[in-house]
Amino acid sequence: MNTETTDSLLQDIRELLGEDLLEVKTDYAYPLLRIKRDRLHDTCRSLKNTFHFIYLNEIIGTDRFTSEERFEVIYHLVSLRNRQRLFLKVRVEEEEPVLPTVTDIWKSANWNEREVYDMFGISFEGHSDLRRIFLPEDFKYYPLRKEFPLLGVPGSLEMPNSTPDHD
Amino acid sequence: MSLDRVMGEGYFTTTIDALTKWGRSNSVWPMPMGLACCAIEMMAFAGPKYDAARFGSEVFRFSPRQSDVMIVAGWCTYKMSHAIRRVWDQMPDPKWCIAMGACASTGGMHRCYGVVQGVDNFLPVDYYISGCPPRPESVINAILKIQDKIKEQQSLALDS
Repeated sequence: MNTETTDSLLQDIRELLGEDLLEVKTDYAYPLLRIKRDRLHDTCRSLKNTFHFIYLNEIIGTDRFTSEERFEVIYHLVSLRNRQRLFLKVRVEEEEPVLPTVTDIWKSANWNEREVYDMFGISFEGHSDLRRIFLPEDFKYYPLRKEFPLLGVPGSLEMPNSTPDHD
Repeated sequence: MSLDRVMGEGYFTTTIDALTKWGRSNSVWPMPMGLACCAIEMMAFAGPKYDAARFGSEVFRFSPRQSDVMIVAGWCTYKMSHAIRRVWDQMPDPKWCIAMGACASTGGMHRCYGVVQGVDNFLPVDYYISGCPPRPESVINAILKIQDKIKEQQSLALDS
């Protein structure tokens, strides 16, 4: 990574977003930007089309356990041409944990968004197949939320029948 | 003493029970249920250095129909527990079960919602091996304990 490309990239993103760019952190090796929720989809599209972030490495969900803007979703983007990584954060409220999907921009977002939905209950508007990815479909809880008990809810996951069929 | 003398006209008396127990305890064929890193130690147990063949347990049968003892090696999730129970039910009687390592015995360090806290929640475990992971000697010890258990059990069901 080259600091000049990072600086010019940050300058371009500042011009693009203006007031909607809420927070910029550059003390880590790669820049970390927090933007307004409403600008997520068009920012992602222009990051891919203009700044060549063609590779979505991962999507991370976090539970900050605060009364306002409880959940945070982090998009980890990679530009292979500029050898540049970028972290894009948005925060959502607990009452309405909904984000626009980015599966129409990066196809690889499909399973990542399903995982975030499975673990935190954040739904992605416009996702083609928003089902649980790891846990059973009738599971009622979101296990990575902070209020979820460590050992789970007893009886919520089925245990096999311990008497054999033939007896 | 010539071989003719031993194999020829001599005889000895025993009970069917003793003969069955002798045969069973010296051919305990494991069903490997390798779920995590304990499975690597289980492979070493069967390999030439630790040589489980000395105790008649070298034949790892990947078919539950041909095995006698299931070694559950590693942490078991709720999703996997159904498959393990299914394999266990397919094993013919008599059968024994070894919970290998801390995770299979109690859940170990995986103290979370997705991991069964000990396979004895759904399997009748005969011997628990401590360690994380246990050394192959411990697995050999467990096989010897299972052999002792087989020798102590009544091998034939008597009509009452």
